[in-house]
Amino acid sequence: MPTPATTLLAIGTKKGLWLASSTDRQEWTLSGPKFLMEEIPSVGIDTRGGRTRLFAGRMSWHFGPCIAHSDDLGETWAEPREGGIRFGADDGAALERIWQIQPDAEDRPGVVWAGCQPISVWRSTDHGETFILNRGLWDHPHRGEWGAGFGGAAAHTVLPSPADDTVHVAMSTGGVYRSDDGGASWEPRNKGISAYFMPDPDPEFGQCVHKVARDAVDPDRLFAQNHHGVYASTDRGDSWQSIAEGLPADFGFVMLTHPHRSGTAWVIPLKADGERIPPDGHLQVHRTDDGGATWEGSGAGLPQAEYNAVLRDAACVDTAEVPGVYFGTRGGSVYASADEGRTFQEVASHLPDVLSVRAAVVPG
Amino acid sequence: MPETSPLPSVIVLIPTLLRQYVDGRSAIRLSIADDADVASVLDGLGEGRPLLDQRIREETGVLRRYVNIYVDGEDVRRLDGLATAVPAGATIMIMQSVAGG
Repeated sequence: MPTPATTLLAIGTKKGLWLASSTDRQEWTLSGPKFLMEEIPSVGIDTRGGRTRLFAGRMSWHFGPCIAHSDDLGETWAEPREGGIRFGADDGAALERIWQIQPDAEDRPGVVWAGCQPISVWRSTDHGETFILNRGLWDHPHRGEWGAGFGGAAAHTVLPSPADDTVHVAMSTGGVYRSDDGGASWEPRNKGISAYFMPDPDPEFGQCVHKVARDAVDPDRLFAQNHHGVYASTDRGDSWQSIAEGLPADFGFVMLTHPHRSGTAWVIPLKADGERIPPDGHLQVHRTDDGGATWEGSGAGLPQAEYNAVLRDAACVDTAEVPGVYFGTRGGSVYASADEGRTFQEVASHLPDVLSVRAAVVPG
Repeated sequence: MPETSPLPSVIVLIPTLLRQYVDGRSAIRLSIADDADVASVLDGLGEGRPLLDQRIREETGVLRRYVNIYVDGEDVRRLDGLATAVPAGATIMIMQSVAGG
């Protein structure tokens, strides 16, 4: 059994789920796979209330998607028997893929959000046993104009604010939407984010935002990695400003923020839409400590040459005092940093394509 | 529908990957009505086993794209789909299709 200082890293891949654990974030023990031959596009670790529940968004190409959870650190898993994430008979839709599993804030115990394909947001109030479709977004008048990114039409990011009833959702393609009333109603919030691939490059919505992350200290502050373009907002998404200057490329999928400090974020640039590789095959994690004014890249401990992409949820931070940074590649390598992304070491290699990672310090 | 009823019945063959939902069994005998079709057989199979039903059919009731069902060796997609009639004594085979990589 893990000791009180154990860090757990859940690794969702194209062919199953692996788990890694470490007491020092240097030496890792890898176990798996669970759900062999199922895609795991989303994982979640809920440590609220002193208990740990792991979530996996599973996708069998034969038998469809489902959400599963484990209360024994991944030894055994259960599917919600009646609930889970299921459209109703009158919705005329079937769940295709669970892209995001997001436990809410500490003072909302039991609340878990999910973002799914087709574009939909779901909310559970019973620790992920039963999810209710968010009608405000499902019935949104823009729905007919939302498109599909290369990976499918999905709400891939759900960010409930710990401060109030604000919730941000990002979808590909559709852009960023914000609710000020806990999800009852939604408005697009994309001013300043370019949609260069559309006839009007500055539409109200339709942007292909790849990932959004919220500042841990200032919940009005957001960071976004777009389909070309890296942006920040200091007004809850009312307006966005480019912070791409200083990066080797403005394309990528990852956006991470520091769990305790304001203004620190990480991205993992890829060269371009048409060349989805690290710039010059040189994999680096880039970090800003000043809200995007300046960036510093680090590849210490990473391979000299790497031509695989890092997908939007294949990167995460843990919540330790000095947070760890983790990511996996489509080449099946997983890297961990115990020093906020300055140096990395390999946790696993030659796994199937890494689709999702989440890490947390878990009680023993 | 009770699995031991004296009514006409069919045998449903369960693929290995779905046996976790039926206590590891490879075959289940189900009673059927005179006018049974594949959908009603699946309804009976899913009674008390919602997770099994979810693996075979989408929420809309549609057969999952990569799940095949055969009635006495005939692919129901080449017949009337889930409305294909199921005679008493039939063998219903549920199979995952050849897909993936």
